[in-house]
Amino acid sequence: MDVLDVARWQFAITTVYHFLMVPLTIGLSIVVAVMQTAWVRTGKAHYLAMTKFWGKLMLVNFAMGVVTGIVQEFQFGMTWSAYSRFVGDVFGAPLAMEGIVAFMVESTFLGLWIFGWERLPKRVHLACLWAAALASTASAYFILSANSWMQHPVGIQLVDGKPQLTSIWALLSNNTAIAAFTHTVSGGFAVAGTFLVGISAWHLWRKHRQSAVDNADRKVWSASLKLGAWIGMVAFAAVALTGDTQGKLMFEQQPMKMAAAEALCHTEAPASFSIFAYGDVSRPDCENVKSITVPALLSFLAHNDFSTEVKGVQDLIPLYEQKYGHNYPVDPSLGALSGQPIDYVPDLPVTYWGFRLMIGFGGLAAGAALLALWLTRRGRIPRTKWFPRLALLSIATPFLANSFGWIFTEMGRQPFVVVPNPTGVDGVFMYTAQAVSPGVGTGQVLTSLIALTAVYGVLAVVEVFLLVRYAKAGVEGVMPPTDQKKSDDDVLAFAY
Amino acid sequence: MDLPTLWFWVIAALWTGYFFLEGFDFGVGMLTRLLARDNTERRVLVNTIGPVWDGNEVWVIVAIGATFAAFPPWYATMLSAEYLPVLLILLALIGRGVAFEYRGKVDSDRWRRGWDLVILLGSWIPPLGWGLVITGIATGLPIGKDGVLEGGLGALFTWPAVLGALALTGFSLVHGAVFVALKTDGEIRRRAHALALRVGPFCLLPMAVLLVLVQVRQGGPVTIVIAAIGLLAGAGALVRLAARREGQAFALLGVLIAAAVMSLFGSDFPTIIASTVDPSFSITVANAASSPYTLGVITWVAAFGTPAILVYQGWTYWVFRRRISAAHIPPVHVP
Repeated sequence: MDVLDVARWQFAITTVYHFLMVPLTIGLSIVVAVMQTAWVRTGKAHYLAMTKFWGKLMLVNFAMGVVTGIVQEFQFGMTWSAYSRFVGDVFGAPLAMEGIVAFMVESTFLGLWIFGWERLPKRVHLACLWAAALASTASAYFILSANSWMQHPVGIQLVDGKPQLTSIWALLSNNTAIAAFTHTVSGGFAVAGTFLVGISAWHLWRKHRQSAVDNADRKVWSASLKLGAWIGMVAFAAVALTGDTQGKLMFEQQPMKMAAAEALCHTEAPASFSIFAYGDVSRPDCENVKSITVPALLSFLAHNDFSTEVKGVQDLIPLYEQKYGHNYPVDPSLGALSGQPIDYVPDLPVTYWGFRLMIGFGGLAAGAALLALWLTRRGRIPRTKWFPRLALLSIATPFLANSFGWIFTEMGRQPFVVVPNPTGVDGVFMYTAQAVSPGVGTGQVLTSLIALTAVYGVLAVVEVFLLVRYAKAGVEGVMPPTDQKKSDDDVLAFAY
Repeated sequence: MDLPTLWFWVIAALWTGYFFLEGFDFGVGMLTRLLARDNTERRVLVNTIGPVWDGNEVWVIVAIGATFAAFPPWYATMLSAEYLPVLLILLALIGRGVAFEYRGKVDSDRWRRGWDLVILLGSWIPPLGWGLVITGIATGLPIGKDGVLEGGLGALFTWPAVLGALALTGFSLVHGAVFVALKTDGEIRRRAHALALRVGPFCLLPMAVLLVLVQVRQGGPVTIVIAAIGLLAGAGALVRLAARREGQAFALLGVLIAAAVMSLFGSDFPTIIASTVDPSFSITVANAASSPYTLGVITWVAAFGTPAILVYQGWTYWVFRRRISAAHIPPVHVP
């Protein structure tokens, strides 16, 4: 493996890992803020219990999201310094804005919320959570604007061979960014939804399946399940709608990614959508591939029209070669790739199956939410063991959908790190092979890859262990015993 | 002042804010073993910084993000040339952040001992690392074309850089001890005060030596004055500490770190990272700055964002202003 491969593995591992925490943070922090708002407005005890219980799980996860996010901001400079030099004038601005406007608010107000129980007036304390939750959503917006600029560079001019920002508004209102943001945030709510459903279903089944007594604990879980199921289903609808928008943008902006998503080798008009392929999808000539398809659906997804022509990989290769060149430049920093022909086709099995797994797991998540709502209608609780098991398993589905979605979209833009904009400024693009730090050797990147992966592995075990422990403990696990004395001397309502 | 110069000083100010704020919470973490006798006392220490450490840490995120936006080659060179020290800092910050949050989540001595070790390492490594990195770039490194470090890992350990590592670590230790004396009550406050007084002169010595040597080597009239103010503030901090005026000592330590960062950054201005291989490879304010448009954008954002940050972070310290003692620590309540 050369330094490029190691660097790419590192970026993939640190980013996919970070993105396991992020959607739960985004979705759950707003859900908990809604629960606390309900408590402040109505004073009902079960809303407070919900806030405390789900808030605790949110915090266990939040900490991991914060610390793994730090790595993201540093690794462009560490491992991808050539990229950083090339795009810094554009790419740095949204990152700096994220820090000043969003991350600062998120970290400070989260501390105020954690330690501010009974210290701050109720409404001020609630406002702190809203500030932290909305700031983490704003964080996502800035980061996705930066990422979307790599997918579709806008708002720039070319000066001395490098892109230079001419309009921050163009960057922030990039249609790619708006579609990615709404899609990603909806994905975050899908995660939060099934998270609520899974854990609530387990508690309901374990404690309340034998009796119909409507006590406070039962109320907590049935209300959480209902809320989670609705959030999950609405989120899935939003994911589908925004995903459709993204598909249409991808058709215009990144035709090769579109073809790779379908492993579509030859141009079709009307183009059919592949549901499942068997055979070897890795070959760009599509020999030995059989596929179950829906006729004309791909044309519709691409352009709202059942007859639109969708270009296949074979027909796109010559177009790309003509526009962006046949060979990599002769440059020693490119190593073995220097002067070699450019392979414009992304890894087809990864993009094809990544796309399908994203949609499949997303659908399963929505199905689980719907099923849970139906099975618990009018206070029923199924007695069978598979009910809680399936509910708990479904928690994993939107996480998987999110991960596969990111793997698809980032692998689908290869071999570019900055994808050329077909209607944008000519000459603004960068191959991934050119982006890696020239002075950093394989040994150093391998060291960091191993160290980060090992630490992340251990922390994953710890986080899941704590989440399971707190989830199992239920409300009693997070509510302080009521007999504790209260006095003016209580400096710490909450303490680490 | 033109925008590149302004942003050079803004970034210096962000590092000052970071070292001032996270400096004391590093110090608290470093002292968890020395100052606390049992778990309750250790919890007192952790809770003095509990609500604020995360907000403090964001200062470095903003400093690095601002560097990326305003001076991309500075960002790219600093982080790639200092690859392994930065990696160690990252691992330390990851462990430390999780440790604060997770330490009290399970009631077991083994669990707590493990996280206490992570807090300890996580609090010692970053000041050592940042001291090495920031002093290294401010005093010159063997940087070649495209910011490539020549001479391997060993080339990062120049004498000013090593001194810088010791200086920031020593400073953080004293700063942390004074903070504990300010934020706690009872036995632990007395102990923190005594410790700060006893180790203070030794811990601040590397900083004093660094300030003097850097100015002798590359100082100008303005930075020499700033460094002198820093030295006076450091001495003053120890004097006020001896007089049991912890608040004044804490503020004077703030003056010391501000003067140290400013004189260090300013002593080679407008060079940011001097190349000891060939001056044409040096990264300067002029050759590294982003376009006027980009600098204009982040100037507007910072002009509105920074006052807000100062207000709400200041408010946080006001909300959690009361001293904590062992008697305030609630019993452990975990599932």
